[in-house]
Amino acid sequence: MDAEKVLSTDDITIRFGGLTAVSKLSLDIYPGEIIGLIGPNGAGKTTCFNIITGVYAPTEGKVYFKGKDITGMRSDLITKEGIARTFQNIRLFQSMTVLENVLISKHVRLKANPLEAILRMPRYTRARRRHYEECMELLRQVGLEDVAHEMATSLPYGKQRRLEIARALATQPTLLLLDEPAAGMNPQESLELMKFIEQIRHRFELTILMIEHHMEVVMGICERITVLDYGVTIAQGTPTEIQNNQQVIEAYLGAVETNA
Amino acid sequence: MDSRKGIKTALTIVTLLLAAAVIYFGDSHLSRFQIRILNLAAIFVILGLSLNLVVGFTGMFSLGHSGFMCVGAYTAAILTMSPESKELIYYMEPIVPVLKNIEWPVIPATVMGGVVAAIFGVLVGFPALRLRDDYLAIATLGFAEIIRIIVTNTISITNGALGLKNIPSEKSLWFYWGICILTILILKALINSSWGYAFKAIRDNEIAAEAMGVSVFKHKLLSFTIGAFFAGIAGAMMSFLITSIDPTMFRFLFTFQILLIVVLGGMGSLTGSVIAGVVVTIAMEWLRIVERPMHLFGMDVPGIPGMRMVIFALLLLIIILFYRQGLMGTREFNWDWVLDKLGVAKSKERGVS
Repeated sequence: MDAEKVLSTDDITIRFGGLTAVSKLSLDIYPGEIIGLIGPNGAGKTTCFNIITGVYAPTEGKVYFKGKDITGMRSDLITKEGIARTFQNIRLFQSMTVLENVLISKHVRLKANPLEAILRMPRYTRARRRHYEECMELLRQVGLEDVAHEMATSLPYGKQRRLEIARALATQPTLLLLDEPAAGMNPQESLELMKFIEQIRHRFELTILMIEHHMEVVMGICERITVLDYGVTIAQGTPTEIQNNQQVIEAYLGAVETNA
Repeated sequence: MDSRKGIKTALTIVTLLLAAAVIYFGDSHLSRFQIRILNLAAIFVILGLSLNLVVGFTGMFSLGHSGFMCVGAYTAAILTMSPESKELIYYMEPIVPVLKNIEWPVIPATVMGGVVAAIFGVLVGFPALRLRDDYLAIATLGFAEIIRIIVTNTISITNGALGLKNIPSEKSLWFYWGICILTILILKALINSSWGYAFKAIRDNEIAAEAMGVSVFKHKLLSFTIGAFFAGIAGAMMSFLITSIDPTMFRFLFTFQILLIVVLGGMGSLTGSVIAGVVVTIAMEWLRIVERPMHLFGMDVPGIPGMRMVIFALLLLIIILFYRQGLMGTREFNWDWVLDKLGVAKSKERGVS
C-alpha cells in the first residue's frame, strides 16, 4: 500500500443479512485534503464511517491508515492510531463539563496506574496538570474557553457541535471524520462552521473526511467529493464535476422520465 | 488551581480528627447494641459505595454483589478461625489440610477476603461484562447464585450448608469505621481521578467513550473488580461482626438491600450512599416494631416476620416512580458548597485559574 495516502479503503463491502449497505467503496485520501462524502439518506455514509473507525468490520475489503491495515481493529485502538470522529447525533458526556469532556481523550495517554491516581503520586498529578493545560489551550483555540466549566449539555446547539469537534481534536488525530457537522444549522452558522473547519485544518494539520447534506458547505470547502447511492459509489470528482454529473442529479432529484 | 485548597485540606483533616474523636467516645460510652448497629451501618456503607461504583458510576447493572460478599466472608472466616474450632466445626468432612492450621490476624484476613473476591470479580466479569443492561443483571445474578451453590457444596473447604461458627469476633468501632472511612477516601480519590471520569464517560455514552480511545471493556472490568474487592472486604467484616456465617445469608435479597441503599442515596453519588447506608441500617433495626404483634384499631395483628422488607420494597418502588434521582442525585458533598454558604470568598474566580 502507498504509505503516502492517509487513508485508503480497498473495495470495502458490508452486508447486514441480505442488505448490502456499502458496496465496493474505494476512497483514497492524501494528507491535508478535505474530502466530502455525500448521498441521499440511507446511502451508507455513516456505515462507511463506522467501518473506518472499527465499529463494524467490513464483510469484504480492507482499510489502510497511513499504509497500515486497520481493518476490523477495535475502535479505541483506531483512535490511538490517529483517527478521530464526531457523531451525527451529538454524543457528549452529559454528566460532565466542557473541559472534562475534552480531558477524557487524554486518559489514554496517561502512563500511570489507578493506584498512583488514588495516592496522587507525582507521575500522575504532573501528567494530569499537563493534560489540563493542554485541554484549556485547545478550548482557547476553538473559542470555548469561556464556557470551560459549564455543563456540556447546557451549551447552545452550535457550541455543542463545536465541542464535539474539539473533543475529537483532543485525541490528536491526523485524520478527522466529521459526520454531518452542519446538521440543524442555519446558513449563518454553517458559514461559521466552514470557516472553523478551514481554521482547524491548518492549525492542526489535519486531513478531513466529512459527511454533509448542506451543499453550500460541501461545495464550498471540499476538494474532492464521493457520492454514494444505496451503498454504491456513483461518482467521484471535484465539486464542479459532481455538480454537473447526470447520475448524481438523478440520485438526488429522481430520473427524468423520457416517455412522458 | 483553587485558592481555597488549603482551607479545604484543613477542613478535611479536622473532620477526620473529629470522626476519630467520635469513634473514641462512641467506643467507650455507647451500649453494645448501639455499637453493633453502627458497625453494621459501616458495612452497609461500604457495600453501598462499592455497588454504586459499578451501577451508578460505570452504569453496569450488576446484581451479583452478595456473591462477592459471600466469597470475602468465607475467606476471612476460614483464615482467622483457630485450628481447634475448625476441628470441632468440620465434623461432616474434615477441612482440607492446607487450611487447617492457618490462623491469621483479623486485618490481613480482611484484605485477603477482598483480594479473593476481586479474583472472583475478574472471573465473573470477564464473560459477563460483554453483556449490557438487563442481560448483565441476569448474568451477574446467576453468577452470584453459582458462587453460593459452590460454597454450599465444597464441604471440605466451607463446611457446606452448616456454615461456620466461632469466627473471631471484632467489636470495636475503630475496625469497622476505620475501614469504612478508608474506603470512602479511596473511592472518592478514584472517582475524581482520570479513571473515574473514564467510568462516567462509559456510563454517559459508551460509543463516544470508545471513540475517545477509552478501552471500554478494560475499564468496565476494572470498575467491576474494584467493586468486588470492596464487597469482599465488607463480607469479611460481616463475618467478624456476627461471628457465624452460612450460605443462605448471601441470597439475592441481600443484593436487593444494597441496591436499595444505592438507589435511595442516588446513583452516582458517594455521599448519597454513605447517608443512605447509615439511614437504612438504622431504619432496619427501628422497623422491627412492625414485625411484633400489635393492636391496630382494636384488632389483634400477629407479628409478621419479613414485614420490614415489604416496607423497604414499597420505599424502593416509590423512589423509582416519583423521585428517581434519590437523595443526592449525582451531587456530592464538597467543601466548596460549605464555604460558599459560610461566605468565605474565593480570591480568584473559577475558570480563570
